[in-house]
Amino acid sequence: MDFRRIEDPAALLRGTPAELSRRQFVKLTALAGSGLTLGLVVPGCSKPAATGDTSAPFAMPFVHIAPDSTVTVLSKHLEAGQGVWTGLPAIVAEELDASWSQMRVASAPAEVPTYGNLAFDPKGRMQGTGGSTSVANSWLQLRRAGATARAMLVQAAAAQWDVSADEITVAQGVVSHASSRRKASFGELASAAAQLSVPAEVTLKDPAQFTLIGKGRLPRLDSRDKSFGRERYAIDVMLPGMVTAVVMRPPRFGGKVASFDASAAKAIPGVVDVVEIPRGVAVVGRDLWSAKKGREALKVTWDESAAEKRGTAELLTHYRQLAGGSEALTAAQRGDANGTLARAHKLIHADFEFPYLAHAPMEPLTAVCRLRADSCEIWAGCQFQTVDQVNAAKMTGLRAHQVKINTLAAGGSFGRRANFESDYIAEVASIAKATGGRYPVRLVWTREDDITGGRYRPLNLHRIDAGIGSDGRVAYRQRVVGQSILAGSPLGGNGVDATAVEGNAADEYDLEDVSITWSKPEVGIPVLWWRSVGHTHMAFSKEVIIDELAEAAGQDPVAFRLRLLGKHPRHSAVLRLAAEKAGWNQPFAGGKGRGRGVAVHESFGSVVAQVAEVTVSGDDIRVDRVVCAVDCGIAVTPDVVVAQMQSGIGYGLSAALWGEITLTGGRVDQSNFDRYRVMRINEMPKLVEVHILPSTSSPSGVGEPGTPPIAPAVANAVRMATGVRIRRLPFDLAAARKEQKA
Amino acid sequence: MSSVRLTINGQARELDVDPEMPLLWALRDHLALTGTKFGCGMSLCGACTVHIDGQPTRSCITPVAAASGRQVTTIEGLSTPAGRAVQTAWVDLDVPQCGYCQSGQIMSAAALLASNPHPTDADIDGAMAGNICRCATYVRIRSAIHKAADALAAAPE
Ligand code: FES
Ligand code: FES
Repeated sequence: MDFRRIEDPAALLRGTPAELSRRQFVKLTALAGSGLTLGLVVPGCSKPAATGDTSAPFAMPFVHIAPDSTVTVLSKHLEAGQGVWTGLPAIVAEELDASWSQMRVASAPAEVPTYGNLAFDPKGRMQGTGGSTSVANSWLQLRRAGATARAMLVQAAAAQWDVSADEITVAQGVVSHASSRRKASFGELASAAAQLSVPAEVTLKDPAQFTLIGKGRLPRLDSRDKSFGRERYAIDVMLPGMVTAVVMRPPRFGGKVASFDASAAKAIPGVVDVVEIPRGVAVVGRDLWSAKKGREALKVTWDESAAEKRGTAELLTHYRQLAGGSEALTAAQRGDANGTLARAHKLIHADFEFPYLAHAPMEPLTAVCRLRADSCEIWAGCQFQTVDQVNAAKMTGLRAHQVKINTLAAGGSFGRRANFESDYIAEVASIAKATGGRYPVRLVWTREDDITGGRYRPLNLHRIDAGIGSDGRVAYRQRVVGQSILAGSPLGGNGVDATAVEGNAADEYDLEDVSITWSKPEVGIPVLWWRSVGHTHMAFSKEVIIDELAEAAGQDPVAFRLRLLGKHPRHSAVLRLAAEKAGWNQPFAGGKGRGRGVAVHESFGSVVAQVAEVTVSGDDIRVDRVVCAVDCGIAVTPDVVVAQMQSGIGYGLSAALWGEITLTGGRVDQSNFDRYRVMRINEMPKLVEVHILPSTSSPSGVGEPGTPPIAPAVANAVRMATGVRIRRLPFDLAAARKEQKA
Repeated sequence: MSSVRLTINGQARELDVDPEMPLLWALRDHLALTGTKFGCGMSLCGACTVHIDGQPTRSCITPVAAASGRQVTTIEGLSTPAGRAVQTAWVDLDVPQCGYCQSGQIMSAAALLASNPHPTDADIDGAMAGNICRCATYVRIRSAIHKAADALAAAPE
């Protein structure tokens, strides 16, 4: 997701949407310096945090050191696969001079500002994970945490040994004084260190002295549990007396319960309760099986007076009208696109279509709630901890501080678990409330609930006119039609939703004449950020059109891009690196049906270029090889960066080749992985090479930036292989061929 | 409800459940063996893969009664040489991301290596195509299976 900075997140927690609508979405231009000076440790304070190893004698907000010398880093961010449970401990370990084998990780409690996301808000008033900000916003904070803990251990050793702190060294988790040949482990010093006051200033390492950060592979801290079935996700939580709930939700978005008949459901063995909640009717059973069978027997009459009844076809017709109409907001404007287009001698006119997409994380949404008279405890893969806390409080009639959030590893998210209504967490809390707190409740969304449950990447239509004048001057005019993700949320406003048009051609290329406008249709389908958000569609049309312009100009696609990237040195560098590693300048070992394509795109502070090689047989597209280059600033854990690029490519390919949620009469047509097709191992490119550009800049995002370039790189490769331009996702080569002939 | 007798990870267990209940839910909700995961419930994703008499089986569509009298192995009880080699390779190559699919991936890979000690890429495609990984860890899954095969070949019998 790409909101990077919330002006006043406290407002999220107290205001009504109307009151909040003036809050502006502010695009964060530089993560560095955005309030990262916020002290993480209060001098003189060393109170233990609420979770993690509270028996540790040394317990600072982010670092606990136990008597056995294990160092536990408290992660304020959700681990959903992106590797923060490795990257965040690596930052601490570096400044602490710990050995990697002594590092552990635990989820931080929900607590602001201590654990707030400093990229969302420099004051840390909202805790949450998203916008690929986890490492970036923790970078200085955790370096300071590690350096502070190190300084205190050194001070404790100096006092014990009666030597000067300057003469003490720390390496691999051992504190030493060379001349007196004394040594101590962290555990031996932890209690004494905890008694010291916290230094107000600490010196951070010169990055040239780093021994862990950026240095080859650090084993992930979660690989072992995840390879032995021992990682505990929300769906695995078992509490004494716990029941399991599933919810019958309206078949069309915006529908409401008119009435329901629970008699048949209650007759199913194992069903213990049927209750109405704001989102539908919950069937509660002693296990998932009975709850599901109960739901099958439940009869609900829906009030669909306010429901969205249009299907994808009707929506697209409406979108095309909007694209041709005059009502639009200007998102970016430079020079005179219309004038240059009028004079251009090569013109391209194209409509692009992008479907709704479900995130489909592998672990279906699940949350557990235990409600008591004056407290509520939630277990979930919480992505917006303090928002989830407030929403659970609202549903249960408690105050936020009475809600304890236990953030567990999430079985994927890709943005899905971060939403301002906390949908599934609010649901479980409302079920616990409706059942009077009689038992702990586990809510499970089935896969069908997940695929049909909304909060999709928005359907989009782009209408683009681009051209080149006789002087080589490029003009680019784009109308984007797509729902606003932020509308109705505390971040919504009256202007352009930045997430709808992010990564546009005006930002990404040195175009002199460019105009990007946006029209916002009102549609009752709930939408949400989906791994790389607006970049998912904006990168595609931009990189396909740039390729067409290169072709119109009779230039090589890499050389043409470089010519338009003079003011974008990072783009140029990754593009050159990817091209070089892919052997772009050597003749392509083509042959029938073979093609090669390129794309470059910046998102979340990182720039990624990809070269894709494909083989097309008949109308089947197979991606054989992807060469990826990334500039993500300092790569804290390079192997995690590689993994995230591989993952982003696989995720993006699923969407490029097959992914679509369609609606007929307002009902979602897909419900499981049979019709919502995703990438499988036999379809994954056999070769995915990732090259990280060396950098001394602060770290930027890696969870999302691998996704945007892959679809256009493949489309451009297909064009080379077949001569067919793909402008509608998911790719349908047979249809594209027909359209091109027509 | 009726009584179903099962042998899970070498232990005899008795359950009082609907015999039509999928084995997946008997394992997870009634035996607290939560390493086996729910992903789709329709035999489409492989997250729920267990071994029944050594064969990889989707527990989400296998009625618990159908497992009666047979040997069921879950990720918690995986202890064959192939299983161990697969898990070691998985950790060595840091295959998991979110990790949610990986129990199923590992059960499928262990079954593949038990029957085919030297799988080709095509063999891997054939045996593993039923296991979805939304984090797309496929490049590493493939490498880890080859690595585990090499380790098994090098191990003294
Ligand atoms: S849960 Fe059994 S195959 Fe998906
Ligand atoms: S590791 Fe996340 S689904 Fe496979």
